[in-house]
Amino acid sequence: MALDRWIALILLGISLAYGYAAWFTMDAGLAPFMQRNPIWPSTFPKVLSVIAVITALVILLGLEKGEQKVGEIDYRRLGDYHIGQAVLLLGLMAAYALCLRPLGFIISTGAFLILGSFILGERKWHFMIPIALTATLVVWYLVQEVLGIYMRPLPGFLGG
Amino acid sequence: MLEGLLIGLQTAFSIQNILMVIGGCLIGTFIGMLPGLGPMSIIAIMIPVAISLGDPSAALILLAGVYYGAIFGGSTSSILLNAPGVAGTVASSFDGYPMAKNGQAGKALTIAAIASFAGGTIGALLLMIFAPALSSVALLFHSAEYFALMVVGLSAIAAFAGTGQVAKAIMMTVLGLIMATVGEGALFNLPRFTMGIMDLQSGFGFITLAMAMFALPEALFLVLKPKIPKGDGSDDIKDLRISRAEAKSIAPVIGRQSVQGFFIGVLPGAGATIASFLGYAVERNIAPKHEQDEFGKGSIKGLAAPETANNAACTGSFVPLLTLGIPGSGTTAILLGALIALNVTPGPRLMIDEPQVFWAVIMSMFIGNLVLLILNLPLIPYIAKVLAVPRNFLIPFILFFTLMGAYIGQNNATELLILVGFGVCATALRFADYPLAPLLIGFILGRMLEDNFARSMQLYDGASFVWERPMTLGLLLIAVFLVVLPSYRARRARLRASGIADGD
Repeated sequence: MALDRWIALILLGISLAYGYAAWFTMDAGLAPFMQRNPIWPSTFPKVLSVIAVITALVILLGLEKGEQKVGEIDYRRLGDYHIGQAVLLLGLMAAYALCLRPLGFIISTGAFLILGSFILGERKWHFMIPIALTATLVVWYLVQEVLGIYMRPLPGFLGG
Repeated sequence: MLEGLLIGLQTAFSIQNILMVIGGCLIGTFIGMLPGLGPMSIIAIMIPVAISLGDPSAALILLAGVYYGAIFGGSTSSILLNAPGVAGTVASSFDGYPMAKNGQAGKALTIAAIASFAGGTIGALLLMIFAPALSSVALLFHSAEYFALMVVGLSAIAAFAGTGQVAKAIMMTVLGLIMATVGEGALFNLPRFTMGIMDLQSGFGFITLAMAMFALPEALFLVLKPKIPKGDGSDDIKDLRISRAEAKSIAPVIGRQSVQGFFIGVLPGAGATIASFLGYAVERNIAPKHEQDEFGKGSIKGLAAPETANNAACTGSFVPLLTLGIPGSGTTAILLGALIALNVTPGPRLMIDEPQVFWAVIMSMFIGNLVLLILNLPLIPYIAKVLAVPRNFLIPFILFFTLMGAYIGQNNATELLILVGFGVCATALRFADYPLAPLLIGFILGRMLEDNFARSMQLYDGASFVWERPMTLGLLLIAVFLVVLPSYRARRARLRASGIADGD
């Protein structure tokens, strides 16, 4: 089964769960006066869930014929691409999300930019470090002073 | 109208807004030139900046400038490197790149710039004429018609998705609509589908979703499959002039394609890509025989046609956004999201309630096109050097800006994890050839669609508005027709191909 139909299967599951919530569980807590309304909070989701289930089935069963075409990246040969780099970068982004508060903006961002180029194969430290630090400070200044959004610059124990 | 024009001029010609146009065009050109990054990613990245400006006119002017700049930059890399940065400029590389290879890179860039300028300017003139007319019609619409109109818009987007893609496009639209129902709506004051998670109480963030759908997958694609341009393409740009005879031969092309491109751009779901391919095909078919052979080998007409058409279509796509509040493309959907975040609701009332926004945007289109022509064209050889910026530095920065954009919008680190999660899902969807723009359009229209649906249900005490209002019924029938037509035609083509005669 091709990837698009696997995804359709997942989407079918999501639509069914959504539909179940809309049809069977949502109306339980509805206040009596709202039940006289022609429209309930669940009305629109009910319609959506029906359309979603039908469409997911159409894709899953392959009812709409189209020529099989290989996209920009052929997922069947994912190993041929730089998949490791992509996964590492995603991990780095998740790590950034977790470190932003505790480590402060400057350390996290500087490390993110340096490690990002490191993962992509850059080894010229004398370029990477100054560029990353300058960019970090400029962005911090812009966000903090120009846009006026507070971001903790340093970790808590350094008084940030 | 004259009064509106004056208000627009007054707003657009403030120092701040002129700087916005220039800055937007430059940033757009700069990033649009990078192969693989489309206007949607750039605009998504720029939204937090635009929103924090606080002034809706300035924000829209900035984003519109970025949009043209990106299309212009995309055509530059199409011509110089045969590596289009933007889908709408793929057709420009058919003739632009051969011209550059023949040592006429300067001329090709000039033609592209003039064609873009003419397309954008004529498009803006047409917008000035048609938008007020359309919005005065739209003022007569009832919420039932609005509901139906949005359904038509969403189905048109699915219908234009191409063969074998209609179901996927519908699926993505519905998924967007489903995601829009998560959280606490204004209508019922009741959290829905939050699964008890506090972070979902206010729904998914629009900026986060836009970044996750466009910027992140595009950056990941660049990582997975590096597009390494050969050379920086900037060393042989000289002789930017074109001759009088050449100008004469492309003038009718530009005239035709600005009008055609504009109207294609107005259609929901069509947009710059279709306009440029269609423009190229039409001009090739109506050109005299000896010129037809030159198409694909460096014909100036073949370059002028898609360049004019894609810019006119970009302008045309503002018509449904500004008059009906219904975006027809991913880019205008993002613009709509930005406007909503700034408390401006585009739609027929926009011209009455906030004329300065409407007219300033139109005026800024003229300024933007002028900026691209007189400021960017001479700078192109220098901007082309950007293409030589190593991706090792570039990609971390793109990723960082997507993270920053999502963070600034919500000030919440969980949002960043949601961004990464959705980004991975979006990349998988792109692998499987699911279109992502319909998802975002559905997400942004979802709340309005439900509001209008609910209002009509309440007014008519049930779903009877569907058949009691002829216009609503008509629009909904059009929507059904749009969805069914492509599969019907594909079916007939298949039957014919297998040798079965038509029924009649």
